[in-house]
Amino acid sequence: MEKRVVFRSAWLPYFLVAPQIAITVVFFFWPAVQAVWFSFQLQDAFGLKSQFVGMQNFAHLFNDRNYLTSFKTTALFSGLVAFFGIAISLLLATMADRVLRGAMAYKTLLIWPYAVAPAIAGVLWAFLFAPSIGIVTYVLKGWGVDWNWIINGDQAMLLVVIASVWKEISYNFLFFLAGLQSIPKSLIEAAAIDGAGPARRFWTIVFPLLSPTTFFLLVVNIVYAFFDTFGVIDATTQGGPGQATNILVYKVYHDGVKAADLGGSSAQSVILMFIVIALTVVQFRFIERKVEY
Amino acid sequence: MVENRPWLTFFSHTVLILGVIAVAFPLYVTFVASTLTLEQIMQVPMRLLPGDQLIENYSQVLTGGSTKGSKAAVSHMLVNSLVMALVIPLGKMSISVISAFAFVYFRFRLRMFFFWMIFITLMLPVEVRIIPTFKVIADLGMLNTYAGLTVPLIASATATFLFRQFFMSIPDELAEAARVDGASPMRFFWDVVLPLSKTIMAALFVIQFIYGWNQYLWPLLVTTDESMYTTVIGIKRMMVGSDSANEWNLIMATAILAMLPPALVVMFMQKWFVKGLVETEK
Repeated sequence: MEKRVVFRSAWLPYFLVAPQIAITVVFFFWPAVQAVWFSFQLQDAFGLKSQFVGMQNFAHLFNDRNYLTSFKTTALFSGLVAFFGIAISLLLATMADRVLRGAMAYKTLLIWPYAVAPAIAGVLWAFLFAPSIGIVTYVLKGWGVDWNWIINGDQAMLLVVIASVWKEISYNFLFFLAGLQSIPKSLIEAAAIDGAGPARRFWTIVFPLLSPTTFFLLVVNIVYAFFDTFGVIDATTQGGPGQATNILVYKVYHDGVKAADLGGSSAQSVILMFIVIALTVVQFRFIERKVEY
Repeated sequence: MVENRPWLTFFSHTVLILGVIAVAFPLYVTFVASTLTLEQIMQVPMRLLPGDQLIENYSQVLTGGSTKGSKAAVSHMLVNSLVMALVIPLGKMSISVISAFAFVYFRFRLRMFFFWMIFITLMLPVEVRIIPTFKVIADLGMLNTYAGLTVPLIASATATFLFRQFFMSIPDELAEAARVDGASPMRFFWDVVLPLSKTIMAALFVIQFIYGWNQYLWPLLVTTDESMYTTVIGIKRMMVGSDSANEWNLIMATAILAMLPPALVVMFMQKWFVKGLVETEK
């Protein structure tokens, strides 16, 4: 789509795009190119000399059990976050769409975790689940569950999943609610007249019509779990215990900043870049489809 | 509602109330903990009614931080967070609105090339270029500065697309009339385009305010000096361990202070917030 009416100027458009392009080049492209360049280099321990080593960093990564484990951890983590984030908010949105009384109040009370930074969400839940003083830990102990996420990897994973899902519910909820409200009421009424109960109406009419929203949220939630949960992990488990919650993004940060392994960290960055590109392409293909709906 | 099913309505309310409790419970416990003494928190189980240490805890963190971890005053961190939360949305909107204006209302060489350049930034989040971006900031001498904290985050593909999409919907007649009347492009921009964009800017501002306030990885990388910490980073720096070694009463008071501004923005500007969220994702 193009405008019919345009202005003419030899310099003005360049002047207008210049700030955006300058920031893009200096802080996005230049570092990205460097990341690719570093990924083919091996630096000595002091960062004084570096040497071109071709694909060696990548080969090293794919022979590294920790890195392969991190892939699995990330897949498990983002799968859990996306599944529970979507399922819980779909349930809540369906219920909020049904009730007449207090719908606005519920909405207001459910959306504010969006405002909480991931790192703070992590701190809040780490406190509730703190092994010796946490209030939830205390309740769990009463039920005979021995809770200590500092030494138990599965429990650490559960903690970061809960904190991440908790923060993401409000976002998903809003999108599902908007999706539900755009479904024509006449469809639902017609099905009701034909004798379909609420559950049947949900699975045969509402859920299929929501599928674009669900798919969109699936992609967004996976991206969220991949990148934005850095704060949750860093404020709570820091990838531990062992490698139990060491997701790819955290590993890039840890290897690059804490362990100062420039080549290895850059190679991981490059692999992550490919993952983001794939996810973005999927997302945009989907948006094109949605326009045709 | 299609038909009256009292038990289903009851069930819906039950689910929603459970949802609200699950969402609010961590916040409530956080608030209670911020009003207790450390000894009271250490008593298992912790009491679930607010104590009388509210003023002590909050004035302690606002003026002197924690005693075991970071001793930086949280009041200063709040100022730093506010700078990020204001400069990022304003900067983002300024550079995006003018570049979108150029893309829509001008035909120039390399137009599509620039457009794609901005588009590709979507695929390069900070997380995938941590070390080299840090190096660039260090080389430019921008570590521990407000410029370093904000400028790299104001490039925005989403805001540019949003404005572009909106400008496409402005009737051509307006631009035509402006041209016939001999108005310059910038005059048309100031007097027609900007006033029309107010709504969309308000929505974008709310979303970006929260985005700026809640930044974590970026300030973690570019600030080493206590005086440049943002509130979210400050909380992390107050945590010396992950369990009973922490001064939870002070950490929780800081957490409440860090959550309050964006939460209020979401609650009171709900209309703009929802609009901003839904529009930016289209």
